[in-house]
Amino acid sequence: MSDDRRRVLARVRAALASRTRAPLPDYDVARTRSRAAVAVEASTAALVDAFVASLERAGGRAFTSVGALAAWLLGDRRTRGYCDPALAGELRAELPRDLTLATRLARDTLDDLDFAITRAAGAIAETGTIVLDDRTTSRRLASLAPWVHVAVLRPIAIHRSVADALAALGDDPYVAWCTGPSKTADVEGILIQGVHGPGEQVALIL
Amino acid sequence: MSREPIDRFAAAQSDERKASVREGSKAGYDARRMALGRDHEDTDALRRLAGAIKQHVLDHLDEYLERSALALEAHGVSVHFAADATSARDVVTDVLRHRGARRVVKTKTMLGEEIDLGAHLESRGFECVETDLGEFVVQLAHDRPSHIVKPIIHQSRREVARTFEANGLGDYDDTPEVITRRAREHLRRKYLTADAAITGANFVSAESGRLVLVTNEGNSRFCLAATRCHVALVGIEKLVPRDRDLAVFLNLLARSATGQHLTVYTEFLRGPRGPAQPDGPDEVHVVFVDNGRSEILGGDLREVLRCIRCGACLNVCPVYRQASGHAYRSVYGGPIGAVVSPLLGADRRRSLDFADLPRASTLCGACHEVCPVDIPLEELLVRLRDRGREAGAHASGGLSMAGWSLLASRPAAWRAALAAGAVVDVLPRPLLPGPVKAWGENHALPPWRGGRFRAWLAARGPR
Repeated sequence: MSDDRRRVLARVRAALASRTRAPLPDYDVARTRSRAAVAVEASTAALVDAFVASLERAGGRAFTSVGALAAWLLGDRRTRGYCDPALAGELRAELPRDLTLATRLARDTLDDLDFAITRAAGAIAETGTIVLDDRTTSRRLASLAPWVHVAVLRPIAIHRSVADALAALGDDPYVAWCTGPSKTADVEGILIQGVHGPGEQVALIL
Repeated sequence: MSREPIDRFAAAQSDERKASVREGSKAGYDARRMALGRDHEDTDALRRLAGAIKQHVLDHLDEYLERSALALEAHGVSVHFAADATSARDVVTDVLRHRGARRVVKTKTMLGEEIDLGAHLESRGFECVETDLGEFVVQLAHDRPSHIVKPIIHQSRREVARTFEANGLGDYDDTPEVITRRAREHLRRKYLTADAAITGANFVSAESGRLVLVTNEGNSRFCLAATRCHVALVGIEKLVPRDRDLAVFLNLLARSATGQHLTVYTEFLRGPRGPAQPDGPDEVHVVFVDNGRSEILGGDLREVLRCIRCGACLNVCPVYRQASGHAYRSVYGGPIGAVVSPLLGADRRRSLDFADLPRASTLCGACHEVCPVDIPLEELLVRLRDRGREAGAHASGGLSMAGWSLLASRPAAWRAALAAGAVVDVLPRPLLPGPVKAWGENHALPPWRGGRFRAWLAARGPR
């Protein structure tokens, strides 16, 4: 098997030996932006509006105040939550007491949680995508296992397009782009939300 | 008139299955057309650009492979190469044994299907659970996936419900929502108790070493959040030059596959979890698998290696829609399967078994028109037919093949033959000598459907 590296590379070189090799096309990545992304103004307010519209189209929700989020959670009787310790102080002050926030997460009690609140590293207006990474997200499992995931997002972190977000990938070993709730259409093409990941993907824009 | 194997397989499908495939593929096609036309100024230019980038990568694959391996190793990933399916399976088995892993969760990977990894691991005493909903159903039902993107497109909800009932996943209930919840609960326990995760990769950026995984269900995220060891199987053709090039491919892949702007989850990873992150693998392995790809690279069908496995060519193909994926008798169905199945891995040894596949096409060119990486599939199918003709001619002594050769290579004769009914009426089958007769029994021309083929053929010129 250790020989396989040499073998595979030798085979590839042999296959390409007498070939004219096509150059890398020179192109402007702006070409990959969709019509909608091109039309968005560069202001933060316009990016927020575009992001919210795209997120809703992808089946997600956005709130711009802690109160509105709390009202929605309570309306669905979702009261037991996990919260990134770095956010808990700020949020507890504004949340009604009926909502409990734990700042520790145990693998064997994941299913007891109704929701989880973690920080987003960024977002993409073009697609309604929430960007998570290992540095910003306190627990990968928290952003994934409970039915509701709330990502706290600062408006300044919203990228215009997929191309812009790729340019900002940085050096985190793990970046996850989340565009709406977990989905499947495997059974007869019928769209169902909440397969393995959240059935509700929420952005709390503060 | 004798029938091709693909016809016999297609005819054996129940009406229920045929309807499932027809409706599912049409829905996929409609979604794609709406999304691409609506969102981009010049979709055609974008997919030609994607094709040109991929072709560049293939033409410099030696350099890009080395660059990717170095970038991955620099970020703490163990990089392996596997020349064939056996070697790939051995690498994975060794990694798992070394880790002391016994329970494995797995995402959908076409390469995993190609090397039959799941069954291999089970036979070596590992528990290997498929986590994509469709693949999970396939595993429970001892079935085979029949579509690149929608593995159980051929199954009705009733079949799925019966499978769940038979496997102790609750009483019979064919509501898709109930089926999905039951899978969620069952598989969640599997993730949380698994020792390792096996995934594929949709792209690898040679510049950064980043692996890109796209899923809609989130099973890949769960695999990478709950387990401590990650093994990714990557076909050597999966590379792109730089991170920025992913903008072209991610935009095209989601729209071509399902009509989404972006697949729900796109993960970029290169190495073990971050220092402050409690969840995720501390050990990451990437296995670059050849399994026939370098041979394709050296041949006249190399454009097929651009494929990003979106499934658009299946959805649009009139033959696939009628025949369904299983009729192609391989991991890959539809037009792309008709080209790669005889070329990849263990299937190469059975390439004569697939001799009918390149002929299972109307050459209408619809597969080429929708391909996000501009693979000239109809042209590759004709090259494969030529190749089959040469192999057949060689095997049967040459001269007797003249009639077929004439038909296969001359459009005018082809048209005349089709006008007369079918090629079997032109080949004097009863008069052919034994071996040629046997060969001829497996050969028939498809019905003429017109379309872009004539124009394309004229532009192609004499060979």
